[in-house]
Amino acid sequence: MARQKGVFYLTLFLIVGTCSLFFAFECPYLAIHLSPAIPVFAILLFFFVMAMLLRTSFSDPGVLPRALPEEATFIEMEIEATNGNVPAGQRPPPRIRNVQINGQIVKLKYCYTCKIFRPPRASHCSICDNCVDRFDHHCPWVGNCVGKRNYRYFYLFTLSLSLLTIYIFTFNIVHVVMRSVNSGFVKTLQDTPGTYPFMLVCFFTLWSVVGLTGFHTYLISLNQTTNEDIKGSWSGKNRVQNPYSHKNIINNCCEVLCGPAYPRYCTVLYCAVGPLVLCGHAYPRYCIVGPLVLCAPAYPSVLDRRGLMRDDLPVPTSAAEPATNSNPVPQTTKTTAPLIPNEHTPDDAKPSMADSAIAHAEKRSPSPREEKLPIPPLASPETDAEASIIAKDKAL
Amino acid sequence: EISAPWTFHNLQELRHSASLANKVFLQRDYSDGTTCRFQTKFPSELESRIERPLFEDTVKRLNIYYAEAEKMGGQSYLEGCLACATAYLIFLCMETRYEKVLKKIGRYIQEQNEKIYAPRGLLITDPIERGMRVVSLQLLLLLCVCVCERETDKEKHKDR
Repeated sequence: MARQKGVFYLTLFLIVGTCSLFFAFECPYLAIHLSPAIPVFAILLFFFVMAMLLRTSFSDPGVLPRALPEEATFIEMEIEATNGNVPAGQRPPPRIRNVQINGQIVKLKYCYTCKIFRPPRASHCSICDNCVDRFDHHCPWVGNCVGKRNYRYFYLFTLSLSLLTIYIFTFNIVHVVMRSVNSGFVKTLQDTPGTYPFMLVCFFTLWSVVGLTGFHTYLISLNQTTNEDIKGSWSGKNRVQNPYSHKNIINNCCEVLCGPAYPRYCTVLYCAVGPLVLCGHAYPRYCIVGPLVLCAPAYPSVLDRRGLMRDDLPVPTSAAEPATNSNPVPQTTKTTAPLIPNEHTPDDAKPSMADSAIAHAEKRSPSPREEKLPIPPLASPETDAEASIIAKDKAL
Repeated sequence: EISAPWTFHNLQELRHSASLANKVFLQRDYSDGTTCRFQTKFPSELESRIERPLFEDTVKRLNIYYAEAEKMGGQSYLEGCLACATAYLIFLCMETRYEKVLKKIGRYIQEQNEKIYAPRGLLITDPIERGMRVVSLQLLLLLCVCVCERETDKEKHKDR
């Protein structure tokens, strides 16, 4: 769950509000005059939508734990050894590792915040301040990143919400028509005034959500992420072809939607202040109000099944791993303090309801921003040639 | 892949490297895609510690386990469809196949550590703790940094 939760509460309000009005004002009439199955199906669909929404919002998207100091230093030394001695005044080359995947060369970029070379398809979300595996996008409506672990829940949420919206909208029209046939159109409007604002909301939501579902269906059939689509990673003549695609729509869909349920890498506690990501020994970023304050639907599985009460848990005491350096806390503050200015909600994170699905998808590209993060020991991110090109593009 | 030929220009570097040389990292093998596999290349730092076949056996076994966990077949589809039909509430009571295999992997690593690695002064950490990015092997007994270090320290004492 991300820190800026306002839009998520709006989503909840809109869904619950619209459905409540539908159940209150239209279902009785429809149940009597048409069939009681109509509200029953609507209720089932509503519960499914809510379950998927909560599952998407409150599940770990696939956060990659940050490198422990030893691993971080090991990687730094490898980079230094590869780059050799850079003459003073010259930029060090960008930190990139080339790997071959299914016969294609893919570049793995180094994350200055997490101090790791990001696995393929992972990306750093500046809003959540984590690297996320198979990063799709950060969705403010859901209040969380969408990544490997929760992509299918997100897709099912948009799909079921499309169905629910279409269902409610259709039966609303049916209801108005039936009443108008009996008592006239104007009287119908006078009898049930409360539902119409929400029906308007429904109408606009319909286009956005259905469009978004369609877009994600397209992405799934090609086994691409929104992030890759926006960056055009696999399009264009001189670019590599998507090495992850099975070249078969059914196989791609099966992999994304019916693949195994991937495990969590980090233990996440949700508390009143905001999510606290505990990744073994590393880098907690927020204070907590007591070690086990859980708010919102507390999934039992949010607690680490291997046992939450490992020695190295809660924040303030931050027991260090015996072999690592003895001060994880100052190290934490060193990495977090400079990051805080970057962690602003982009103004475009709250699209209007009438935005098209594509526009909605396009707004989710926080990854170029993370290049302006704290200066690592050997090279500044500003000296990263690739990053500076991206920064220039953004500025234009 | 980057290979890291560390060249030591001075004692500072040697000391710095030696104090950090107590962990060896095995990287992921992405040649087949994003499914979890680790490189079976034998790191040079372990040459004096453990026999190559034992090490390669361990890594290959781990790769087999991960392949089993991530295998897409009848059972995973069935699990997925059943879970979807129950709005994924079934995962509150049931353990996923992946988690079962992870437990198996945890037990395997512990067993390997007890039988093979700890007697040789090594300790494998479960890659799940590092986001499946690396398998880290900790060298339990630090190699003694040489005479040079002691001499430098003697010089320092003289200066004081």
